[in-house]
Amino acid sequence: MPIIPLTTPLTEDAVRALKVGDTVELTGRVYTGRDAAHHRMHEGTPPPVDLHGAVIYHCGPVMVQENGRWVCKAAGPTTSSREEPYQWEVMRDHGIRGVIGKGGMGPKTLDGCKKYGCVYLHAIGGAAQICAERITRVDGVDWMDLGSPEAVWHLWVVKFPVIVTMDSHGGSLHQQVYADSAKALATLKA
Amino acid sequence: MTDTATPDAALGVSLLELIRSTSCVLPADVVTTVAAGRAAETAGSNAAYALGVVCDNITMAKAKSQPLCQDTGSILVYTNLPRGYDVHAFETAFIAAVKQATKIGYLRQNSVDAVTGKNSGDNVGPGTPNFHHHQWDGDHVEIRLMLKGGGCENVGAQYSLPHPDLGGRDLKGVENAILDAVLKAQGQGCGPGILGVCIGGDRATGYGNSKEQLLRLIDDANSDPVLGDLEKRVVDKANRSGIGPMGFGGATTLLGCKIGKLNRVPASFFVSISYMCWAFRRQGVALDAAGGISRWLY
Repeated sequence: MPIIPLTTPLTEDAVRALKVGDTVELTGRVYTGRDAAHHRMHEGTPPPVDLHGAVIYHCGPVMVQENGRWVCKAAGPTTSSREEPYQWEVMRDHGIRGVIGKGGMGPKTLDGCKKYGCVYLHAIGGAAQICAERITRVDGVDWMDLGSPEAVWHLWVVKFPVIVTMDSHGGSLHQQVYADSAKALATLKA
Repeated sequence: MTDTATPDAALGVSLLELIRSTSCVLPADVVTTVAAGRAAETAGSNAAYALGVVCDNITMAKAKSQPLCQDTGSILVYTNLPRGYDVHAFETAFIAAVKQATKIGYLRQNSVDAVTGKNSGDNVGPGTPNFHHHQWDGDHVEIRLMLKGGGCENVGAQYSLPHPDLGGRDLKGVENAILDAVLKAQGQGCGPGILGVCIGGDRATGYGNSKEQLLRLIDDANSDPVLGDLEKRVVDKANRSGIGPMGFGGATTLLGCKIGKLNRVPASFFVSISYMCWAFRRQGVALDAAGGISRWLY
């Protein structure tokens, strides 16, 4: 598989060029944002950072402070489907271009990717060390009142490995695998 | 910490080591099945790529002594205690070890008030950690620890049979219910997964027993041959579904399925399914009289 290098912030052109199945290595700024952060934005609080062109990572990392600096001990993706009610709004209102997570998302998000030029990037679930190794710096944190796992962490990543599973052209590996596996299991029914 | 000669201090050291090891070191039976799954995938596929990353992650977590997965999950503690053992002192020591493990970063801050959303910051609060004590005839203490992440816990399911699409109160209905849970889980529980299943019981004991099934070794043989056959059928069919690792498509959807049963009341027939992710963190220790680790159980 050829690996596509991408640097954040992402341009719409770079996002539109991606297709389901592409392997990407991402370098640059990535912000974590999961359940509580999405809920807070949905309720009307503006994001604590400028998200235009940004990539949001569905992740609640293990962070510890060592010598006054935050160190990331583990940082794999969390399940993205919980942000399905909110993600398209963040695309529309705040201009994000990429979402990293796991497990894929539903039709609202897929439609948002198409309409606003965004891409869903699948990290390997559970692989918290492989992911953490590519996080070279933790540069800050917002919304710490939500608790460390739910806070918005400012990460710097280098060659962070992901696979495009939902693109900006309506393609979704998750829809495809669900349909195929439902059909296969129907024929295997007891 | 410095004086391991006194039982309390030695127990504290043992419990912290149990937590560290559970969070950072995947048990041997799981490592073996993950490696077999990787070998079964087509070279160059997304599935092979995913399991390659998983295998590298297993190696790295152990080498760096850092969590396999950032979601260090629900802290589920299962004990076998000899008659007269002080449960309260044990829980106090375990909670102290949990707080220390959280500070070090073996555990994430994972205990959140369900209404206010406030994170306790030290993994301690109502229901966390979660103890399951059993008195036994043995003369020593055994502790099994499972760290079960939220992603896989969320795709657990409980079915009440009969079900209009899945069938009646028989093994066919049970099998269809389990495979329906696998279909709905797709890659969201960080597959390939391992299922713990309980047939029967009530809504609480069914789920409880389904989790206890996960304490069994992946490659053990069910003492009930009927359930053993069902376990094999479920794994075989799930792996023909094409869901694959992470839901990317592929040959490895389940690494195992462990099924138990509990008596039910005539009116109820539950099938309770706990989905465990590939990052199947469970370790166990036997303690000596001084509170030191005499043996690892997995």
